[in-house]
Amino acid sequence: MTGREHWSRKLFLICNYLFLTGLSLSMLLPFLNVIAQSFSGAVAIDRGDVLFWPVDFTLNYYQYVFDDASIWRAFGITVYITVVGTLINLAATSSLAYPLSRTEYVGRKYVLLFVLLTMIFTAPLIPQFILMRELDLVNTLWALMIPTAISAFNLIVLRSFFVQIPPELIDSARIDGCGELRILWSLVLPLSKPALATIGIFYSVTNWNKYMDALYYLNDRKLYPLQVKLRELLINDDLVDTGNLPFDVSSQSVQGVQMAVILVATVPIIMLYPFLQRYFIKGMLIGSIKS
Amino acid sequence: MLGFMWKYRTLYVISIPGILFFLVFKYVPLLGSVIAFQNYNLFAGFKGSPWVGLEHFERMFRHHDFLRILKNTLLLGTYDILFAFTAPIVLALLLNEVRLALYKKIVQTIIYAPHFLSWVIVSGIFVGMLSPSSGIVNVILGWFGVEPIYFLGEDSFIRTILVGSGLWRDVGWGTIIYLAALTGINPELYEASQIDGAGRWKQTLSITIPALLPVITVLFLLKIGDFMDYGFERVFVFQNPLNIQNSEILDTYIYKAGLKQLQYSYATAIGLFKSVVGLFLLAIANTLSRKATGESLY
Repeated sequence: MTGREHWSRKLFLICNYLFLTGLSLSMLLPFLNVIAQSFSGAVAIDRGDVLFWPVDFTLNYYQYVFDDASIWRAFGITVYITVVGTLINLAATSSLAYPLSRTEYVGRKYVLLFVLLTMIFTAPLIPQFILMRELDLVNTLWALMIPTAISAFNLIVLRSFFVQIPPELIDSARIDGCGELRILWSLVLPLSKPALATIGIFYSVTNWNKYMDALYYLNDRKLYPLQVKLRELLINDDLVDTGNLPFDVSSQSVQGVQMAVILVATVPIIMLYPFLQRYFIKGMLIGSIKS
Repeated sequence: MLGFMWKYRTLYVISIPGILFFLVFKYVPLLGSVIAFQNYNLFAGFKGSPWVGLEHFERMFRHHDFLRILKNTLLLGTYDILFAFTAPIVLALLLNEVRLALYKKIVQTIIYAPHFLSWVIVSGIFVGMLSPSSGIVNVILGWFGVEPIYFLGEDSFIRTILVGSGLWRDVGWGTIIYLAALTGINPELYEASQIDGAGRWKQTLSITIPALLPVITVLFLLKIGDFMDYGFERVFVFQNPLNIQNSEILDTYIYKAGLKQLQYSYATAIGLFKSVVGLFLLAIANTLSRKATGESLY
């Protein structure tokens, strides 16, 4: 290596570290700003004094958020669709992924193709909406859980995992007199815990973040999940002008309340993140390679 | 054969709900797209509604705003490919040069995280940061004497904000697959080229990028297939009456025309148009790629 190259390499590495550090900060600092504002006094926020540390520390916004019954209600609905929805996701996905992973299932190639095609050909919104109406799912929480019960991507991730289970293991269970259901329940699923955790986490994040489906299929405000409620609280920049605020602004900073709600809606995801990280990379890779 | 299938009938039975799911929720609405050629009426249903041929498609092209909405959709799709598609490749290459394992891990942990936030939250964070009164961006601009700017209230900034927020949320996540492909490269290739006197830059051009090319091609084709699907949520959450001129895309327009104004057939026609253009682009890109690189999706 020549001296000049050595020098330019060093310069590159320094720039690279600076760039990556800057990039990481650009993802981290907005969060810190949200946290700082959610604990800062209204006057300080409106003056633009709050950067990454609370000014005039206050818990007013959290007080407000926790006192608002409609936010609690939306939070509860989101917890419900995340828990029940993810259980439905896991049950539905594994009961199709397992047969498709077994060579004893004649025609699995065609069924797989049938599933994969839905990733390319997607129906327009209105026919989907009409279908939901016909099935009487509009304005029920099922509308947020049933139509998204199986994601083709997660199905393929799970199937790829099931395929790796040695057929000898399953054969020997059969010789021991286990039925297919028993094999699935007490052999295949326990062996597949990491894969189930992966797709379970994918599904729960999707369910927690559900917004669009609620917008499409729910009119009843009582059923609104957290993301829709959050959005309502966030768009009141327009409402400020009309004096039509969803909450009392006296001594409150609108922005402070908004930031507090953002944090309340994000904390569960942040708490899940260490587990997410353990699994998602692997799961994502299996899925992408296969598709 | 039938006996064999009967022996494993449980497998078939448990697969039925899943197959029905795809049939009912994915294929039936696909067939339901025929209402684009009808004047669909909820009470008359598919059978009772009158057929009108291409009337809704003609109406779509005559609509004074349609070209603008189509332009917005195509522009965002183009920016998405120019920036959101290429940025993760560059970032993965840069991360690949990092030798400090702990530093690399910390950076990865941070940059993957925003991907798990909903678009509503991403928009909340961005709207907060860009707020003219208290947003951090205007505070910092203020240090340099710049008057506060209402970024979300102007047509001229909205596309940048949409593309920027998309990059912020997903650029890190997008590197995962490239980083995995990078670990698959045989280290002997690098050693051999080093003996030949190749520097790091030359190695990147002659070893690393060619090794990534198959992954890049496949992801590029998938991206082309999604060209018209910039995404409803990520745009809708940033829209307001002041920026709608440049932020209305086909997906958000379909929602408003279809579910808000109840023009079912018209909105379906637009949706069908969008899908057909998307498939067409995918087919072209796939053919070109098969001829040029031998890589293709099908």
